[in-house]
Amino acid sequence: MALSADKAPGGEPGAQAPGSPAAPVTGAAGAGASTADVIKAVPVRHPGRWVGVAVLALLAAMLVHALVTNEAFHWDIVWKYLFSEQILRGLWATLFLTLYAMAIGVVGGVLLAILRLSPNPVLRSASWLYTWFFRGTPVMIQILFWASIGALYPRLSIGVPFGPEFASAESNTLIPLLGAAVLGLGLNEAAYMAEIVRAGVGAVDTGQAEASQALGMNQAQTMRRIVLPQAMRVIIPPTGNETISMLKTTSLVSVIAYTELLYAAQIIYSRNFQTIPLLMVAAIWYLAVTSVLSVGQYFLERHYDPAGRNRVGPSRPMRRDQSGVVT
Amino acid sequence: MTSEIPAEAENGTPMVLAESIRRSFGHNEVLRGIDLRVEPGEVLCLIGPSGSGKTTMLRCINHLEKIDSGRLWVDGDLVGYREHRGRLHELREREVCRRRADIGMVFQRFNLFAHMTALENIMEAPLRVRREKRSEVEKRARALLDRVGLGNRCEAYPSQLSGGQQQRVAIARALAMRPKLMLFDEPTSALDPELVGEVLDIMRGLAADGMTMVVVTHEMGFAREVADTVVFMDGGVVVESGPPGQVLVDPQHERTRSFLSKVL
Ligand SMILES: Nc1ncnc2c1ncn2[C@@H]1O[C@H](COP(=O)(O)OP(=O)(O)OP(=O)(O)O)[C@@H](O)[C@H]1O
Ligand SMILES: [Mg+2]
Repeated sequence: MALSADKAPGGEPGAQAPGSPAAPVTGAAGAGASTADVIKAVPVRHPGRWVGVAVLALLAAMLVHALVTNEAFHWDIVWKYLFSEQILRGLWATLFLTLYAMAIGVVGGVLLAILRLSPNPVLRSASWLYTWFFRGTPVMIQILFWASIGALYPRLSIGVPFGPEFASAESNTLIPLLGAAVLGLGLNEAAYMAEIVRAGVGAVDTGQAEASQALGMNQAQTMRRIVLPQAMRVIIPPTGNETISMLKTTSLVSVIAYTELLYAAQIIYSRNFQTIPLLMVAAIWYLAVTSVLSVGQYFLERHYDPAGRNRVGPSRPMRRDQSGVVT
Repeated sequence: MTSEIPAEAENGTPMVLAESIRRSFGHNEVLRGIDLRVEPGEVLCLIGPSGSGKTTMLRCINHLEKIDSGRLWVDGDLVGYREHRGRLHELREREVCRRRADIGMVFQRFNLFAHMTALENIMEAPLRVRREKRSEVEKRARALLDRVGLGNRCEAYPSQLSGGQQQRVAIARALAMRPKLMLFDEPTSALDPELVGEVLDIMRGLAADGMTMVVVTHEMGFAREVADTVVFMDGGVVVESGPPGQVLVDPQHERTRSFLSKVL
């Protein structure tokens, strides 16, 4: 921690720069020390923190000890299956599910948010209704619903509404398991993303859109070039969280027997009964991927906030010096 | 009322011509019949107390605000509408944008695009709206930044610039579209006193170059020195207008006198 950040309110008399306008000086400057010297002070001790560190270190050691010595974890089996073909294929399926579902979620969310901000009341309420429905029902039900849509509408067709149809096909071939999983997760995600995008757009000062329009840019250009990129600053962090959350939520599609990471592990332990080690395998992979995603999120945030106005939080330094405004 | 430009205007099209402009927000009638005329090359300063409708009037001129009644022309074109067989048709977005592109606007709060550098701010509209060549636009943008004294701050983001510098970039951004008319809405009101001068200097230079300008301002010194016409608005009407030597020095109306006694 920088010593200069610990400036006492009001400024210490010794910290006054020479020639600065007279400030309320409460005591005589330290005898002997020239006011022009760089401050060299004994930092405040924090014994409480050291106690906390010691306690945590002890707990961590106990945890590692328990993990390593307990035979029930069967680390040899974990290691054996960690890179097995079945597990890796499941991991691959999980990654693609996440990617597809988030793609639908983001695109759908932007569209829904734009509808929601439209001056037309019908478009506005359509967006509201969508969000109401998809946020109001469990995603598990939505996934099961898409997987069994064949029971509801055995055939799907393309044609004039209420008129002749041009082509039709079996629902179950049009929407295979992957489709049902992606639709279930993605359409649900769109409802959440819509709220995130709307909050992001709302956080952009209206003066930005006004300046853009005054320059002759049309609404689409204003949205794409001016408003959305700035909304990204607000949109990216929760979207990163949504992606990480989505990665784990994909494990729900094991209920429709789509072979993603968790289901792959389940298939294996239903045969060899090594439940705990295989759940560990799945957990390790989820943890690994979410870690990678977090790093990606950090760089995305930096990309959309080049001036560093939103960079707060313990892992990143505040940049009070440049902007003058800390948000 | 017809939408033909009135006959008296035919010896030279005025840059801005407003006739009985009215505009309400709900029950609040903000503009109650404004008449205004700005000749090409003229500098018109709009003064008046807070809430008198100055900003609203300015926004009407580039159609950021719709008018309820009256007629408004910029450079001979009806603002926001097209007349066809005696009826008014709203202009399509493309047409509205094309006209706005010819009118520069400078805001009280600068409104620089926060995610773009000074240079990118200036280049954005010429690239996207006019679809000009990038190399030419960049050359022009750098020249404009030089002209407002910020040639060395091309890569700075707005948050890294002082208020006065931001406003100078904002002026350069508007000028990059080669506007035929510049609108200023209290361009120095959000600035620290010591930064006001650098922005007014740029505006003085523009006026001297013959730019047509409508300036909402509380800087009476600037108005007296630069304006060709000063218009005093109060309560949504034009109370008094004329050359600065008359309106600011020897106002005819009580309301003008009491306003000036407060701001001078
Ligand atoms: N979009 C709007 N919706 C509702 N009322 C508005 C809107 N814009 C302006 N007004 C109202 O119109 C009146 C005039 O506003 P305007 O901004 O034109 O005044 P002004 O002369 O520019 O004042 P100031 O010197 O404070 O900027 C104010 O009472 C304001 O509340
Ligand atoms: Mg105003």
